[in-house]
Amino acid sequence: MLKESDIQKKHALDFSSGWAYDPAPEGTDHITLKKQYGHFINGKFTDPAEGGFFSTINPATEEELATVALGTQADIDAAVSAARSAYTNVWSKMSGRDRGRYLYRIARMIQERAREFAVIESLDGGKPIRESRDVDVPLAAAHFFYYAGWADKLEYAVPGRSPKPLGVAGQIIPWNFPLLMAAWKLAPALATGNTVVLKPAETTPLTALKLAEIIQECELPAGVVNIVTGAGETGAALVNHPDVDKIAFTGSTAVGKLIQKSIAGTRKKLTLELGGKAANIVFEDAPIDQAVEGIINGIFFNQGHVCCAGSRLFVQESIADVVRDKLIDRLQTLRVGDPLDKNTDIGAINSKQQLETINRYLEIGLNEGADIYQAKCSLPETGYWCCPTLISNVSQSHRVVQEEIFGPVLTIQTFRTPEEVLEKANNTPYGLSGGVWTDKGSKIFKLTSGIRAGVLWANTFNKFDPTSPFGGYKESGLGREGGLHGLFPYLKF
Amino acid sequence: MNTTIQETPDFRKTTPIDQVGVEERVAKFNTRSIKKESKMFALKLALSMVDLTTLEGADSPGRVKQLCYKAMHPHDSAGDIPKVAAICVYPSYVKLAKQTLAGSGIQVASVATAFPSGWAPLKAKLEEVRYCVDEGADEIDMVISRGEFLRGNYSYIFDEVAAVKEACGPAHLKVILETGELQTLDNVRKASDIAMYAGADFIKTSTGKISPAATQPVTLVMFEAIRDFYYKTGIKVGMKPAGGIRDSKLALRYLVMLRETLGNDWMNPNMFRFGASALANDLLMQIIKQRTGVYQSADYFSKD
Repeated sequence: MLKESDIQKKHALDFSSGWAYDPAPEGTDHITLKKQYGHFINGKFTDPAEGGFFSTINPATEEELATVALGTQADIDAAVSAARSAYTNVWSKMSGRDRGRYLYRIARMIQERAREFAVIESLDGGKPIRESRDVDVPLAAAHFFYYAGWADKLEYAVPGRSPKPLGVAGQIIPWNFPLLMAAWKLAPALATGNTVVLKPAETTPLTALKLAEIIQECELPAGVVNIVTGAGETGAALVNHPDVDKIAFTGSTAVGKLIQKSIAGTRKKLTLELGGKAANIVFEDAPIDQAVEGIINGIFFNQGHVCCAGSRLFVQESIADVVRDKLIDRLQTLRVGDPLDKNTDIGAINSKQQLETINRYLEIGLNEGADIYQAKCSLPETGYWCCPTLISNVSQSHRVVQEEIFGPVLTIQTFRTPEEVLEKANNTPYGLSGGVWTDKGSKIFKLTSGIRAGVLWANTFNKFDPTSPFGGYKESGLGREGGLHGLFPYLKF
Repeated sequence: MNTTIQETPDFRKTTPIDQVGVEERVAKFNTRSIKKESKMFALKLALSMVDLTTLEGADSPGRVKQLCYKAMHPHDSAGDIPKVAAICVYPSYVKLAKQTLAGSGIQVASVATAFPSGWAPLKAKLEEVRYCVDEGADEIDMVISRGEFLRGNYSYIFDEVAAVKEACGPAHLKVILETGELQTLDNVRKASDIAMYAGADFIKTSTGKISPAATQPVTLVMFEAIRDFYYKTGIKVGMKPAGGIRDSKLALRYLVMLRETLGNDWMNPNMFRFGASALANDLLMQIIKQRTGVYQSADYFSKD
């Protein structure tokens, strides 16, 4: 492990003394959380048939926030049957215009209750309130707005062909962007006329259940959206249910493979949005200070719990020292701590399990002989935390370079030519995203057309918009979400 | 204090700046929430960094004296209020300001080099600088020749700043880039680099006579130029955004950018100034509000 004293810098900046910001915590008195949440089936919150309840905790304090129902086969059966009946009797008969009106209503209500959603998202998931407030919740509303617009225009999406919904969609979402992923999944499915059974991640079910409250208030017909909480087995029951027409999954590549195996030979359509190990490539002619910000945003956004995180940094050799020094100085100004503090940049790691995964990789890196540098940061005593970490002196053969760590951990490699970096960028089983930093337009086109990844950013990173398709190559998944392309997985012609 | 650096980069080469990225970074700084004690600390610090300025054709000895008094006594009815950093006047009033401020520790800055346009022969500019220094100016605020800069005559700017630096002698040199006329952030970066390598002790955004004056993106780019210059040479150059910073909220945002870009060594009046006269009273008003919990009307704060 590299210490501060190992970082030899001729002229250092002082970010530790002097003016410090006082705590600026966002209040929690305006939110309402029930002690216990049942499943949301057929328009009502219902107790689990047999599974009982499990607790969801605040990863920053390890305190219980609420208990939620553990879904079993019986709950999935009830939810799918409610979805099927809502599909047959109501939703598939409704005009696109009317479906759109419900989606607009949901979007507006998310906006109205944005503050409450942001706080609960940060409480349940550990992400900084700045991000849940400025990114997750506004984007979730934007997705509903965007697909609301498509609901009555589907015949223009594919001119000359008449699109039809699939039926019942089973959707399984991850814990890194709980509300936003729910929006990514629900909005296109509902706009295209499908009904849904959604399973949120077991560590972060609360904002999906709050969304269920909004769905109730919106008077969306009962059974159009059903939410069953639980862990892997609940998800498996949903995937294997014979009356589900479509599975949409966002999560790990391992589980994605399981799902693909288990639905093989069935009529079920599938979209998978899985892991990533994105290359973020910085050339010597890049706007370096903005590139440094992009590197920081690329890997430390949401504690690095981002499937499209820029976790492999490639820096042109001529500027490698400059970039490294600037990164190390920048790490000192990242504020790690209370997710509800408005000045927090890096919040809590989502779960104990994920923290163990990250720490295991740091140990692997150490054993592999990598140089690991961690920013000095004072961490709270309870909760799950990881200081922002840089790993250098690594190559393509190092496991920390090959495998997805899903935490605030950046590997740094150097390159000399565009050909070399292109080969290294593509030398991964993943292909979800990538970034290129250069002032030269032709280089941007050369690299971005050469990198086999679904989303590529030039001179920026981690930008999301509902109008833009998102999805992966290779082990990063199949199908696209967002934009016009996001409609197709929910339609047949 | 900076000196003219002998080994300079090739100023024809552009250090690229991405405007979208800069604006995004600024927006992120602006989400910082400054509360309680940390706010009070910052308000007082900001007040101690203000350069009170009068640069009007209608300036009079009486007005300059009033301003000097305000600089020394921003708000005597409330205790524990810092003095401002400096007074900035035209060359003709340097002597008067110096006499009025004697013993106060407040610096006297004078604009020079055919402020604000800079259209005068170099000889006349240097004479003006020497005159100001002889009259007692502690700081010289020069303007660069934007006409020469924009036609790509970068060595002219370097030589001009170096010559003025020499003429300054013991006085500190602030170099005004007039970023509103340079237009692009690439140009702002380039002009900052030229000024620092030529010997600027401070770089300053604007004359206050052109709109836009100081903006946060321009200031951030200049901070980053200062940081790179420090990394390379170990010399700390100061920064002065001037014009357009009228209220405390905006001033605190500048301090946040400063704190997180250059760090604590720049968080003092020797390294950072606000060229913003109207700001002083708003800072005072906010300080009193922090203390008493209520806003007082603007009429309770002297306007000089």
